[in-house]
Amino acid sequence: MISSRHYLLIGILFVLTGISILFSLLSGSIDLELSVVLSELIEPGSALENQILREIRIPRTLAAFTTGGLLAMSGVVMQVLLRNPLADPYILGVSGGAAVGALSAILLGAGSVFFTNAAFAGALFSILLVFGIANKFGQWSVTRLLLTGVVISAGWGAIINILLTTSSTNNVQSMLFWLMGDLSQSQVHFGHHILLAAGLTGGLIISKSLNVLSRGELFAQGLGVNLGMLRITLYFAASVFTATAVTIAGSVGFVGLVIPHILRLLGARDHRILLPCSILLGGSFLVIADSLARTLIAPQQLPVGVVTAVIGVPSFIIILRSTITK
Amino acid sequence: MTSLKIESLTLSIAGNILCRNLNLKINENECWGLLGRNGVGKTSLIHSIIGIRTIDSGQILLDGQNISELSRRAVAQEIGVLFQDSIETLPATVLETIMLGRHPHVQSRIKDNRNDHAIVDSVISELSLSELRDRELVSLSGGERQRVAIATLLAQTPNIFLLDEPSNHLDIAFQISVLNTLKSKLYERPASILMATHDINLAARFCDYFVLLLENGGHLQGSREEVLTAKNLSKAYGCEIQSIQTKENTLYYPV
Repeated sequence: MISSRHYLLIGILFVLTGISILFSLLSGSIDLELSVVLSELIEPGSALENQILREIRIPRTLAAFTTGGLLAMSGVVMQVLLRNPLADPYILGVSGGAAVGALSAILLGAGSVFFTNAAFAGALFSILLVFGIANKFGQWSVTRLLLTGVVISAGWGAIINILLTTSSTNNVQSMLFWLMGDLSQSQVHFGHHILLAAGLTGGLIISKSLNVLSRGELFAQGLGVNLGMLRITLYFAASVFTATAVTIAGSVGFVGLVIPHILRLLGARDHRILLPCSILLGGSFLVIADSLARTLIAPQQLPVGVVTAVIGVPSFIIILRSTITK
Repeated sequence: MTSLKIESLTLSIAGNILCRNLNLKINENECWGLLGRNGVGKTSLIHSIIGIRTIDSGQILLDGQNISELSRRAVAQEIGVLFQDSIETLPATVLETIMLGRHPHVQSRIKDNRNDHAIVDSVISELSLSELRDRELVSLSGGERQRVAIATLLAQTPNIFLLDEPSNHLDIAFQISVLNTLKSKLYERPASILMATHDINLAARFCDYFVLLLENGGHLQGSREEVLTAKNLSKAYGCEIQSIQTKENTLYYPV
């Protein structure tokens, strides 16, 4: 059900997105003037400031927004698939697989192309491994999937610890940044934006089925949902969103878990509203967090995953307290 | 005219036969009671009728068409199920939940149907839920949630109602009024009802025909006089059951 309140929410989130992007473009180790940003939009300049904007700030801001959007959307889908409020994009082991791939690449001193491929391959391997085990004999159940995912995650955790303890101090530093989520090495390309747009479009097409599934599997089947197909679609969609996000920015925590909850508390339960809102809020949240990560202790940078938790925890508590259950 | 036909259905769970070679035909305007002791297969039978549980053999025909060849959506447009309690962990209000009952009839993937609100509003007033309309589901009592579940089922506007323990959590007054509302659909729509219940007296009061599931896959079916005898019930429940005749009804009680 969609009401005028929902349109207001979407409107506010669009404004927030605009503000967050502007904030991100202006702030950094060198503060830029608003006029530089505006003139760059009209006519690309060649001054140092224009180059910073074009080659550093804009790509990084886009990377942050896309990552945040993918993670929040993946969180929404995982929470519906597992009907568990604790579900987040990483619960089924995707990030663990990606981390093992990425850390191995760091250990081998690989270049950035091999590094992102290794992360994505690790994630993909984990997705198929968990699905293969959970789906054996066609006995798919949410409990089975959840248990398999959590156990495989624990396995990846052990391998990650082995890699961390046996690596040189130099490598451990970059490994830790990756594990906490870090956008400083991020590169997004056109394919990532396409994935985000395709995810939203696909999500909107099945949003009414998501509304029904969020009330339970039997209930959904009783109302004509083809549960088998829907579950598999959701599992692979959420996994690919997550795999892509971690490939861009490492395991940025908190966004995928909390953004969907914040939006549900604000009244966006219908997935026709929740999905677009999660992209806007997840994206702008990570853009703001990354701007702070770059500037708080500049010229040093913080891993963005630390900042998401530092600003995310108090804002979640404030929203939780101010929305009283009727 | 919607008819449901079960032909030589055999169901089993973990190697135990739940029902063997069951034949059953439910016609328009008929209200059937499904009785039997715990674990005898009432819920499994309901799930297999809508095709969400694998069956060992036999077939379910909806208007002559095998249910396994129909889409889930086509089945849901004709058959509505009231499931036993489900666990809900994601938040929703009463109105949002009842609206979901319209899902089998959605026409647009994004837009709401124009007449859905009218259907849902009339269901809400039919089940006296107007005051609870905007409440969160988690804040409701068990009985209130059961009424919301029944309202969602009514919003689905099926022609065949499969009710799994419809009186769960309802106080005695609501048991009667809710079942009266459901039964009024028999001629309004017109529709048919199959209700599984532990409450023999409630079934005897509302149903005209009965299926009594016995141990080891056996079953009896027929009218009240044929099925609801002290001897049959005692055998089915494994405890001695007798009946007394009041002015209005026959009442059954364990000795």
